[in-house]
Amino acid sequence: MGLEQKLGDMGVVTTSLEKAVGWARSNAIWPMLFGLACCAIEMMSTQASRYDLSRFGMELMRASPRQSDLMIVAGRVSRKMAPVLRTLYDQMPDPKWVIAMGDCASCGGVFNNYAIVQGVDEIVPVDVYVAGCPPRPETLIEGILKLQDKIKQEPLKKWQ
Amino acid sequence: MPANNPTLHEAPESVLTESNAQLDITLEQLKKLVTPRAFTGETMLLNMGPQHPSTHGVLRLLLELDGETIVSCIPDIGFLHTGIEKTHEGKTYSKGIPLTDRIDYLAPLSNNLAYVGCVEKLLDLEVPLRAQYIRVILLELTRMNSHLVWLGTHALDIGAMSVFLYCMREREMILDVYELVAGARMMTSYFRVGGLWRDIPPGFTDLVQKILDVFPERLLEYEKLLKDNPMWKERTVGIGVIGKEDAIAYGMTGPSLRGSGVNYDVRKAYPYSSYDQFEFSVPVGSNGDVYDRYRCRMEEFHQSLKIIEQAMKRLPAGPVMVDNRKIAPPPKHEIAYSMESLIHHFKLWTEGFSVPEGEAYFAVESGKGEFGCYISANGGPKPRRVHFRAPSLCNLQALPRMSRGCLIADMVAIVGSIDIVLGEVDR
Ligand code: SF4
Repeated sequence: MGLEQKLGDMGVVTTSLEKAVGWARSNAIWPMLFGLACCAIEMMSTQASRYDLSRFGMELMRASPRQSDLMIVAGRVSRKMAPVLRTLYDQMPDPKWVIAMGDCASCGGVFNNYAIVQGVDEIVPVDVYVAGCPPRPETLIEGILKLQDKIKQEPLKKWQ
Repeated sequence: MPANNPTLHEAPESVLTESNAQLDITLEQLKKLVTPRAFTGETMLLNMGPQHPSTHGVLRLLLELDGETIVSCIPDIGFLHTGIEKTHEGKTYSKGIPLTDRIDYLAPLSNNLAYVGCVEKLLDLEVPLRAQYIRVILLELTRMNSHLVWLGTHALDIGAMSVFLYCMREREMILDVYELVAGARMMTSYFRVGGLWRDIPPGFTDLVQKILDVFPERLLEYEKLLKDNPMWKERTVGIGVIGKEDAIAYGMTGPSLRGSGVNYDVRKAYPYSSYDQFEFSVPVGSNGDVYDRYRCRMEEFHQSLKIIEQAMKRLPAGPVMVDNRKIAPPPKHEIAYSMESLIHHFKLWTEGFSVPEGEAYFAVESGKGEFGCYISANGGPKPRRVHFRAPSLCNLQALPRMSRGCLIADMVAIVGSIDIVLGEVDR
């Protein structure tokens, strides 16, 4: 059933550009295929058979940062990986969003030590934090839906 | 970038520059790794990873190419270095168990066993038979879990998408068992020093039985998709060959070694957790190529099912934890009326138990190969040093040897065939 059936023959629909853009953007997110550690396996499960992320319009992961606008940091970020992660983030075109998936990416998790960056928000701005070690696929989906809500409400602005 | 966090647009220098220093490699060092032809422009240096969909995580490979042929391959690891071994030194023996889940996150229970087995060896503990059998059932499920992810991603790398979806579907069945016994889908920490966290809950038998019923037919499905598929064979037969002697010399273990025709399996060579009471065979390949390694793992599915079936049938009754209260925590209901239990409980969770001075090595056959744990104990409640022998790391060492002379497109097939997990390589 399409939009036109729902609206009947109203002919013209008015909305603000801001809302229309936000709605369109939130439903066509292109996440980057980028896994770091254990959480990446749960991210794979989220896309695979039982949980099927494609129900929410974002099943197509892109392997290249230049084609994606969502970075799901799935796993622990070591100090050696940090500059790589930042480079990838910088390569993504605007507008772009970041989800910190798992305790490690959010705050260092169980690894409060010399090797792990204590939260990926030290190097890139994070929009949604998803808790869990690893977060269940349902939790990740919830996080993504939260992000969609956030995108819908974003005002229009000049991207750099 | 989102305007809500403007201060973060520039990443703090401290984190980035510090790690950049580690990435630096001097020209002199680089010269030794590649052939002189790379400096005349005759061959090309190509960087693969650390962000690459087919490197199974964050592996970086520096490839020297002559046209499309790989002249040399230099793996660069450490992008997932987590400092797990060092962190262990600050944890009591029981608090160390959750860290082991995160080494090879596709086989958490194998890691658990290597660690608790090593501590049990130091303490000279005999684990109750029921616990040993339950361990075996879960270890074999873990092997299948690990192999399913391997098969799915390996096939995906080579271009067979549907296998991945099937494998993940079956994997969920195993994760359901994990969740039932341990409460978590991936990070189980179910094995404890001296036995298990608790006995298996009701419903366990049904779930495992369902796996036993469903799997043979599903395995047939995978075989139909790949085994005689000409495209699959084209990409795997005769690719990434490594001979017997070389494989042993590189310290390879697991299906990657057995694909080359060496019959070595820790379960047979140094039986643990009463593996010697089960009947199973160890599949061995002959050519040492990608296809044979694939065959070995596929056969292992059947052997795992066979072991689980036997263990389920003969599962003995009895306790699942040693009754030494200095090590095993007292049951909760006892704490309410026994002062002594309360003291034991308090002692165990605040201080932990002490392990006599000494050192021990305990190895298990995980899905990847010989996963070993070495602990040097100093008599206190915390270890002096913990080291893990990671099969992925040793298998990865052979990658340059295997890939020499292959085409660049074969690289993903070879990386997939040695089944590495970067969490285990870097720890
Ligand atoms: S949060 Fe847990 S599961 Fe995720 S990467 Fe960290 S240790 Fe692994």
